[in-house]
Amino acid sequence: MSNENINVALIGNPNVGKTSVFNALTGLNQQVGNYPGITVEKKVGFCKLPNHAKANILDLPGTYSLNASSMDENVVIELLLNKNDKLFPDVAVVVTDVENLKRNLLLFTQIKDLEIPVILAINMADRMAYKGISLDISHLEEQLNTKIALISTRKKQGIEELKQLIMSYKNLSTEPCLNASSMDPDYFGGLRKTFPNELVYKLWLVITQDVNFRGIEKKEILSEHRKSDSELKRMQQKETIKRYQFINDVLKVGQTIDKESARDFGTKLDRILTHKVWGYAIFFGILFLIFQSIFSWSEVPMDLIDSAFGWMSTAVQEHMPPGVLTDLISQGIIPGIGGIVIFIPQIAFLFLFISVLEESGYMSRVVFLMDKIMKRFGLSGKSVVPLISGVACAIPAIMATRNIENWKERLITILVTPFTTCSARLPVYTIIISLVIPDERVLGFLNIRGLMLMALYAAGFLMAIFAAYIFNKILKVTSKTYFVVEMPNYKLPLLRNVGINVVEKTKAFVVGAGKIILAISIVLWFLASYGPGDDFNNADKIVTAQISKSDAAVSQQELDGHIASYKLENSYLGIAGKVIEPVIKPLGYDWKIGIAVLSSFAAREVFVGTLATIYSVGETDEQDPIREKMAAERRPDGSKLFDLPTGISLLLFYAFAMQCASTLAIVKKETNSWKWPAIQFAIMSAVAYLAALTAYQFLQ
Amino acid sequence: MQTTVDRLKKGDRATITGIDADALPLKLLEMGCLPGNSVELLQIAPLGDPMYLDINGARLAIRKETAKHISVEVTS
Ligand SMILES: Nc1nc2c(ncn2[C@@H]2O[C@H](COP(=O)(O)OP(=O)(O)O)[C@@H](O)[C@H]2O)c(=O)[nH]1
Repeated sequence: MSNENINVALIGNPNVGKTSVFNALTGLNQQVGNYPGITVEKKVGFCKLPNHAKANILDLPGTYSLNASSMDENVVIELLLNKNDKLFPDVAVVVTDVENLKRNLLLFTQIKDLEIPVILAINMADRMAYKGISLDISHLEEQLNTKIALISTRKKQGIEELKQLIMSYKNLSTEPCLNASSMDPDYFGGLRKTFPNELVYKLWLVITQDVNFRGIEKKEILSEHRKSDSELKRMQQKETIKRYQFINDVLKVGQTIDKESARDFGTKLDRILTHKVWGYAIFFGILFLIFQSIFSWSEVPMDLIDSAFGWMSTAVQEHMPPGVLTDLISQGIIPGIGGIVIFIPQIAFLFLFISVLEESGYMSRVVFLMDKIMKRFGLSGKSVVPLISGVACAIPAIMATRNIENWKERLITILVTPFTTCSARLPVYTIIISLVIPDERVLGFLNIRGLMLMALYAAGFLMAIFAAYIFNKILKVTSKTYFVVEMPNYKLPLLRNVGINVVEKTKAFVVGAGKIILAISIVLWFLASYGPGDDFNNADKIVTAQISKSDAAVSQQELDGHIASYKLENSYLGIAGKVIEPVIKPLGYDWKIGIAVLSSFAAREVFVGTLATIYSVGETDEQDPIREKMAAERRPDGSKLFDLPTGISLLLFYAFAMQCASTLAIVKKETNSWKWPAIQFAIMSAVAYLAALTAYQFLQ
Repeated sequence: MQTTVDRLKKGDRATITGIDADALPLKLLEMGCLPGNSVELLQIAPLGDPMYLDINGARLAIRKETAKHISVEVTS
């Protein structure tokens, strides 16, 4: 980032279209990262302005006010308080929604009090006619002491004007628009005297918020200007009321709403979508549709990817000189990468659906519908969003619990979310379902495999709910309950937003998981290709000797196959598998599956890659897709290894086990102790083992 | 008629007359739940809780246990 670029921070309440503005300004020139030490997402983008000027755009997390109640909101305050931060904005753009201007302006007046240049972007201008809203822009600009850009990211209007305003940010006034300190002149007068060089509002934020502020210590201020917590809370309320009075006065003149011409389509839609029968029917119908389509739409691209990687392995083997490196690439790296790339279609479809549900405003209705039910299990209606997002990945899902106000409800949600079926389980599910469940239809249109997949999702979800119920009974945590959820207007999702979201999230998943998988594939390949002692090193002699003793006629190819599997059995990997065999045998697994299960404790999706590696090592010429190799696996007695009992046992094990190092790390971060991830790990693994054991013993 | 928000019926409109500020989260006040502002009960969730309100033009849902701390004068 060059210093000449203008640093712009986008600030706004949730749901005002801030992400859309960010996307409109930056296009695909964005980078998503994390703020150091915490898991709040940090999005920075780059934007070209007129006259060759350039801007770095920082998209801050959505916040209702500068009175932070979550980690996301703390990020906003900390940045705005620290002038020396390299991301400190030259100009802040407060994004608001024209339909919720009154409430959105609260944050605007607070930002103004920090005396930095502020532009007010009033978004969703396309909705004005529909809602009968008209604005007196020059009155608003004068009263609010700012410049206004009236924009519609949907209609792509006003973006150029916004860029113009950003470019000439030096002309903006930095005066506050109201005098909030008049609510307690003595107290604030005192503050001003002690700290003549600091903004009073800044001091006020340091006093009332739990944020790190380099410069002045909270203790230092409070030692001289003491107030009790309840006094402070009252003052905050007074401050809020004062700000609203100001905003009401400004809008009385600056905004007219013609109720007559406002057409309220949303209210009618609400009546159906939150109806006591239709509401639930529609919700479950949508879920059903999502799962059916993920499975059937992804089939074709997945098959293509599968054959492409098979072909690549063969090509490498044929065209590169034979040797260790060629083997590593064709048997370790390519199948390893293939194992993850193949799931891109499914993961992308999942993110697509979730993103559409969130963007349209429907998700809040689901929260509303489900709250009472969820509360019975110690969860909140807001737990629905993490539980559904958990279907993509537990990590963002656990981060999404942050807006659950009640600590106990939040903790339980964090603990049970990993039971929901994340996309990393899909690879395992897909391949095993396709091995043990026939590709048939019932009632003419329901794909049995699709139904099985749905049953697994249901099992994960029910287990999450059941575990929540138990946790709710045994956890002794008390905390005040608050539940406030905003019900945004219904909107047709912007394709561009959905597209960018899908690309970003899929990319993050593939890159994040891909690294682990690739590393594990390489390690596994080594472990499988080398072994200690004579059994491994003299495998060809031993096997040849055995065969000639039995004097059966074998072709060279069969002989090679026997040698390869003898080698694998005596490699480091084979030995490790043998050690754990007694533990996993009752579940119906052989030592090869055991290794795959063991290695997936780092990350579940490693399972398929591991099997791919195991089965490729010592491969001779043909490069069957991994699925066929698995289907061909036999037990010593000649029966199929992947039969129904073993298949179901594996499916259940993966449904319930806590096999994701990254999730455990995030739980540690969010709960601030190792205690909760440890409990989570122990309970989930035990549940998984018992479920798999029961299923196998019962079905066998 | 003077009452609290948790006792409103679907479709009722009212004006906020007082709030038990210690029992309400600041966030709710920031969303406009302040004396003098209007409230309309748009929906009650099928199982009786939470309540879907229009407070001062902002649409939000809160639980009854929170709603009982908001006093109102019913207007229609
Ligand atoms: N009608 C209309 N809808 C918009 C506009 N900008 C964004 N939206 C929609 O508003 C919703 C929230 O947008 P988003 O950018 O995700 O908001 P954020 O939560 O503030 O980041 C989405 O459904 C968008 O499609 C606009 O200019 N006009």
